[in-house]
Amino acid sequence: MKNLSFMRLSIWIYLGVFFAYLLGPLVIMSVTAFNSPEFPRATPWECLTFEWFSALFQDERILNGIKNSILVGAGTVVLSVAMGLAGALMLTQIWPKLRATYYTIIIAPILVPGVVIGISTLVFWDRINRMVGLGADSFLSNGLFLTVIGQSTFIASYCMLVLVARLQRYDTALTEAALDLGATHAQAFRKVLLPFMKPAIASAAVLAFLASFENYNTTTFTFGEYPTLTIELAQKVRYGITPAISALAFIIVLLTVFAALFNEANIRRKELVAEARKEATVEELSSGQFKLPGFLSSNWAAVALVIVACATVTVVGTATVYSPQQCIADVQEQKRLETELRIQELKRQRELRRQQQEAEQGSSAAPAQSKPAGNDSGFGGVFAPTNLEGETEQQGSTESEGNNSGFGGVFAPSTLSGEDTSEGSGN
Amino acid sequence: MSAGVGVDLENLWIRFGDFVAVRDANVHIKGGDFFSFLGPSGCGKTTILRAVSGFLDPSEGQVLIGGNDMKGIGPNKRPTALIFQNLALFPLMKVWENITFSMEIKGASAKERRKRADELLDMIALPGQGDKLPSELSGGQRQRVAIARALCAEPDVLLLDEPLSALDLKLRQHMRTELREIQQRVGITFIYITHDQGEALTMSDNIAVMRAGVIDQIGDGKTIYNDPSTAFAASFVGENNVFRGTVKQVQGDKALIATNRSGDLLARISTANQGKMKAGDDAMMFIRPEAFALAPAGTQGDHFVTATVTNEEFEGNSFNIFMEGEGGKEMKVSLPNLGQSFDSHKGQPMTLQYDVQNAVALPAGDLATE
Repeated sequence: MKNLSFMRLSIWIYLGVFFAYLLGPLVIMSVTAFNSPEFPRATPWECLTFEWFSALFQDERILNGIKNSILVGAGTVVLSVAMGLAGALMLTQIWPKLRATYYTIIIAPILVPGVVIGISTLVFWDRINRMVGLGADSFLSNGLFLTVIGQSTFIASYCMLVLVARLQRYDTALTEAALDLGATHAQAFRKVLLPFMKPAIASAAVLAFLASFENYNTTTFTFGEYPTLTIELAQKVRYGITPAISALAFIIVLLTVFAALFNEANIRRKELVAEARKEATVEELSSGQFKLPGFLSSNWAAVALVIVACATVTVVGTATVYSPQQCIADVQEQKRLETELRIQELKRQRELRRQQQEAEQGSSAAPAQSKPAGNDSGFGGVFAPTNLEGETEQQGSTESEGNNSGFGGVFAPSTLSGEDTSEGSGN
Repeated sequence: MSAGVGVDLENLWIRFGDFVAVRDANVHIKGGDFFSFLGPSGCGKTTILRAVSGFLDPSEGQVLIGGNDMKGIGPNKRPTALIFQNLALFPLMKVWENITFSMEIKGASAKERRKRADELLDMIALPGQGDKLPSELSGGQRQRVAIARALCAEPDVLLLDEPLSALDLKLRQHMRTELREIQQRVGITFIYITHDQGEALTMSDNIAVMRAGVIDQIGDGKTIYNDPSTAFAASFVGENNVFRGTVKQVQGDKALIATNRSGDLLARISTANQGKMKAGDDAMMFIRPEAFALAPAGTQGDHFVTATVTNEEFEGNSFNIFMEGEGGKEMKVSLPNLGQSFDSHKGQPMTLQYDVQNAVALPAGDLATE
């Protein structure tokens, strides 16, 4: 008994650690979206703010990136699902001798690094473009076109795997039955095979869209004039990251949760309806009046969905009236006071040391070279942009100070102007 | 009722690579017939069905439906409808949509289809079940829906590929009667594939017995059962006692067979082999269990067999007696239960007699393996 409960406990601990590992980063990132400091961080908690969301929706480049990502995603879904379905049909209906070879060929793009696919797509279509004799601004060198083509080369393989799994459960006698009853091949495909494949096609489409949306390494070579969201984010990070990115991440997480709950609720509802149908009598069925279970009845996913939806509406409602200005002002005031205190402290120390040196040597050596003074002030204040005025003052006197501050401040865009004055901070 | 559309197979060969699935089949099926292909699994009967329905091209020979050569005509253009072994009902369509699929293809309105579906559902005794899904029906109901779906296409020829094999015994026997009734009502040609001789005998007007791609015998049930033309047909259809031996003497339409273990026995030469058997040929003699009768002990002659009773069974309509003759020769005898008293004879020798008309002499050949 004791062993058993120990086992159970360790399984729970393992699960806890596992989910913390999986979801922890997402939770922390979501929290940073609501904290007021300009560099995304969860502690210390300063002020609840929604300004990063409005900052996000005012960021032209991010919005443009989202638009391009959706365009590319839609194109990739259409192309990949179509190619994947064709490949899957070939794979399941081609004669068995070639099946293994064919499978390997079709799967190969998944194994090729995305970077290689990106470069080769670019080079290949550039060749084609020149062969056809079109200019640099032609359709064939269009960023959207190239990105869709490039991503589809390997996303189609994913789609095919999903579709093959479903197709293997398809009874070809169904197609034969349709043909036998007078359907043409096209009708048999449309009325029998396609409805059967519908759930798998939907999964493949979602998979293709997500794979396209998050793709970076292929897109980075092909995007041309149409940077996608991942490209924009990567470029932004070079110049510093703000909690607006966290806000975007939070929205994506929320949408995912919504979609998952919606899907689950739907599945459960279908099960309940199937059960109800089984119990219904013939009369009830034919009159179409048998009692359908309500959307919320014994369906935890639907309940959770409604709760999350309500919570979202509440938060959005609060956000429109809530103003963190007072809080932010308080925090800034407090920080200013702290900074001032510290500056005075520093000045006092410096004065003290200068006096000591004077006392020791009589004449003054260069005070700027020798000081480890910056280490005291280093991490605490460095991230807070309001400290910058203070820092620039200090940097004139201590070089080591610059290295400490550099690491933290480099990500905050508003520190850029400050950094110009601190030499070597980017190292 | 019109005579219906006949189906003819002329010198039909079907090969898969080196494997010959059907060898020189010549079958003429009359319009309105209930015709069965009977044979063990793998004998090529399903292959013939697929050739008739158009899913397979014959390697040689012709398939004629209503006198027209079907070469190059696809399954969707032939006047046939096939009922698949696994039924192949469309799982995502409701019953009424399944039944009227052939009308949907032709662009009929939902209202028309619904009406026709209700008619057919009444015919197959499933009124009001049109809104269910196939998965919500029982095996027998699904069976009937498959028949209704095929009939809805108004075929001239209905092809059935062992449609009853998935059902349990009781339902199978019930569906036999039902299928036969439906066939007589709609009056179209039915071609039925089965390995169950009971199904073939009870339902069919005519039967073709198949073995390894070859059609051994075509005839009505009585002929197949009483007058088989090959050793295979004799052993595959119904139960039979086999006596191996050689022909000792041919006497008109009868042959005296020197059997290996049971002495010289007289038998009628089957119609198809009249004049083909001569003294010295390897031969087989078949006597049905029910063709035996008890004879006074010790009687000897060319239509008497002596053996020892090893086991007895009471089967309701008959007593089955299992016997062992000289040299371990096993025999089965069925005596009809007519209310007579029956004493156990276990371990005792008994003498059996038979009517020479009921014993069939055939050239030696392959037997059906159980």
